[in-house]
Amino acid sequence: MSILLNEDTRLIVQGITGKEGAFHTRQMLDYGTKVVAGVTPGKGGQTDQNGLPIFNTVQAATDATGGNSSVIFVPPAFAADAVLEAIAAKMQLIVCISEGIPTADMVPVKLALNNSESRMVGPNCPGVITPGVGKIGIMPGFIHQPGHVGVISRSGTLTYEAVHQLTERGIGQSTCIGVGGDPIIGSNFIDLLKLYKDDEQTEGVVLIGEIGGSAEEEAANWIVENKFTKPVVAFIAGQTAPPGRRMGHAGAIISGGKGTAADKMAALKAVGIAVCETPAVIGETMEKALAAR
Amino acid sequence: MKIHEYQGKALFRAAGVPVPRGFPAFSVQECVEGAEKLQGNKLVVKAQIHAGGRGKGGGVKIVAPDAVREAAEALLGMTLVTHQTGPEGKLVQRLLVEEASDIARELYAGIVLDRSTSRYAFMVSTEGGMEIEKVAAESPEKIIKEWITPGQDLKVFQARKLAFALGLTGVQVKYAIKTFMALWQVFKQYDCSLIEINPLVVTRNDEVIALDSKINFDDNALFRHPEILELRDLSEEEKSEIEASRYHLNYIKLEGDVGCMVNGAGLAMATMDIIKHCGGEPANFLDVGGVANAETVAHGFNIILSDKNVKAILINIFGGIVRCDRVAQGVIDAMGQLKVSVPVVVRLEGTNAVQAGEMLQGSPLEFIVAKNLEDAAEKVVLASKGGSK
Repeated sequence: MSILLNEDTRLIVQGITGKEGAFHTRQMLDYGTKVVAGVTPGKGGQTDQNGLPIFNTVQAATDATGGNSSVIFVPPAFAADAVLEAIAAKMQLIVCISEGIPTADMVPVKLALNNSESRMVGPNCPGVITPGVGKIGIMPGFIHQPGHVGVISRSGTLTYEAVHQLTERGIGQSTCIGVGGDPIIGSNFIDLLKLYKDDEQTEGVVLIGEIGGSAEEEAANWIVENKFTKPVVAFIAGQTAPPGRRMGHAGAIISGGKGTAADKMAALKAVGIAVCETPAVIGETMEKALAAR
Repeated sequence: MKIHEYQGKALFRAAGVPVPRGFPAFSVQECVEGAEKLQGNKLVVKAQIHAGGRGKGGGVKIVAPDAVREAAEALLGMTLVTHQTGPEGKLVQRLLVEEASDIARELYAGIVLDRSTSRYAFMVSTEGGMEIEKVAAESPEKIIKEWITPGQDLKVFQARKLAFALGLTGVQVKYAIKTFMALWQVFKQYDCSLIEINPLVVTRNDEVIALDSKINFDDNALFRHPEILELRDLSEEEKSEIEASRYHLNYIKLEGDVGCMVNGAGLAMATMDIIKHCGGEPANFLDVGGVANAETVAHGFNIILSDKNVKAILINIFGGIVRCDRVAQGVIDAMGQLKVSVPVVVRLEGTNAVQAGEMLQGSPLEFIVAKNLEDAAEKVVLASKGGSK
C-alpha cells in the first residue's frame, strides 16, 4: 500500500474550468486518476470537456459523487478560501497547487488544518503521485515507475530529476510528494516520514530539501528519536545561494544566518543520513543505500 | 519588497507608532530648508539605502542645526559600503533629517513569521542597537517572544508581558503597550513579512519611540496594496533583475562567470550547486518557469549576457509538461536571432528528450550537448575556462 493516494482516492478538481485546471484534469485522467467531479462557482450543472460534472461548491460535489480528496488550481488570491472550503467539506487529502498565496492568508488555514481531519499537501507544489495508481498534481507521470522508494521534496523539477535517476536505475517509487516551496505548508517532512514509517511498500526515502526554515533539521531529529530505520538519502539545494535573497520559492531564503544548506547537510549527516554532495548522484546513492541494508 | 526607513516611519506615524520628528530630502537645499522647522540643538542626518549597518558605514551624522548643510553634502552622492551592501556599496540619493532623541535605553522590537509554528511572533530584546542575529545566536534567552493567535491580534496582556520583560516601569509600560499594539496593526494592515525596530528607544521623558524602521512586505500580497507598491525604489534594485521580472523570469545576479538557465527554482539552485562542485562559479540564478519557449529563452539569454562576466552558459531543462523538443526549438530560434558570443551547453531531459537531442545535434549552430546533469556541469565549467568545445 502506498501513502496518501491509493485505489480508493476519488478526486474533485477545484478550479476545473481554468486553463491550468482543465489541462491537468485531462493529464490526471490519462494517468488513471479517478477524477469524479470539478468545482467552479457559477458553473454548477455544466460538464467539463471530459464529461465530468461541475458543481458550485465542494460540498455539493462530494455529496453527489462521493469525492473524498481535492486538488486546487485556484488563483492565489482565492486559494486560501478554496482550502478552507475543502476542509469544511471534510476532504481527506487536499493538494494545493496554486503558487503565490499571501502568507497572512495561510496562517489561519494552517490552524484550521490542525483542527481538522484533513491533510494538505502544498501549496506551491507539484502534488502527489503513486506510480501506476494515480497522480494528483502537475508532475509528468511517465518518468515514474511503481516500486518501493518514497520521495519527498520542497521542489518541483528537482524532484523529477531525482525520480528520473531512480527510474533509470530500475528503482521504482511508492509515493512521491512535493511538499511545496512556501514558508507555510500543509504537510512537512516529519508528517510524511510518519506515514512512510508505517507503509510496508516503502523501503527507503529520498528527501530533497533546500535553504530556508528548519524543516530538514527537524526531520533529522525526528528520524533518530523515532528510530526510522529505512534508509534515507538526502540532497539540499542552495549550497551556493547568497544570504538574504529569496531563491524563487517564497520559503527559500537564508535569513539572519539561519537556514543554510551547510547547516542542514550537517544536521542530516550527524544522524547517519546519506547526504548527496551534488544533485547528480541521488539515484546512485539510493541504490547503494538499499544494497547496504 | 523593501522600503526606505523614512517611508516605514511614515507608515508608523500614521498608525500611531511614535517616531522622531523629521522629513525626507532629495537635495542639500531641501535638507537645509526643512531643518529650519525642526527643534532641538542636535539633528540627525541619515542616508537612506536598502541595507543595514548604515551607522557603522558612516551613513549617519549627528550634527548641530547649522551643520546640516555640511552633513547633507557629505552624504548625498556618496557610495555607502556596509556589511549588507557588498563591497561595491550603494549610492546615497535620499536622506532623512530628524530631531535627535534624548536616549535613556536602546531596545529591539520585531515581528516575523515563526515557520516552525506557522504563527507570527512578536519579539523584543533588551539588546537594542546590536546585530539581532548575533544576539539570537549567542544569547537566545535575551530575545523574548509572544506568538499571535492566527486570525487574531496581539493582545494587550501580551504587549504588557513584553513591556515588563524589557524591564520597563511606570508610564514607560503604558507607552510601550501603545507602541507594540500599533506596530502589530502596521504589520497586519500591509501584509508585512518583517518589521524590525533597532533600536527602539526609551527617552529620558519615558516615551518609547522607533528610532529606526525596517519593513519588508510579502510580495505575494502586494496585489492588495497598490499604495505600498508606489513606495518601491527601483534604483535600489539590480537593473537586470527588474528587466527579468518584466518577463516573469526569476533572476538573481551573482558574482561568478558561468551563466545558467533552468526551469524550476529547486533545480536552478541545484544546477548552481553542481557548477560550483565542478570547479566553476555560478553567475546567476535564473528560473524560466514552466514556459521555456523561444521567447522566454531569448529573454533569458539577453539577461544572462547583460552580465559581462559570463564566459559560458548552461541551459538545463527537465521537461515534464514542457516538451523538450519545443524547448530545443526555442533554443535554436533564440540562438539564431541573437549573437551569443559565449559557448552554450544544453542539457534537456524528460518529455521528448531524444527528439530534442537530435534537433540540437542537427542544427548548424554551435551547441555543446550534454548527456546528463554532471556531464553538463563539467562541460560548462571547462568551456568557461576556455577549454575545448
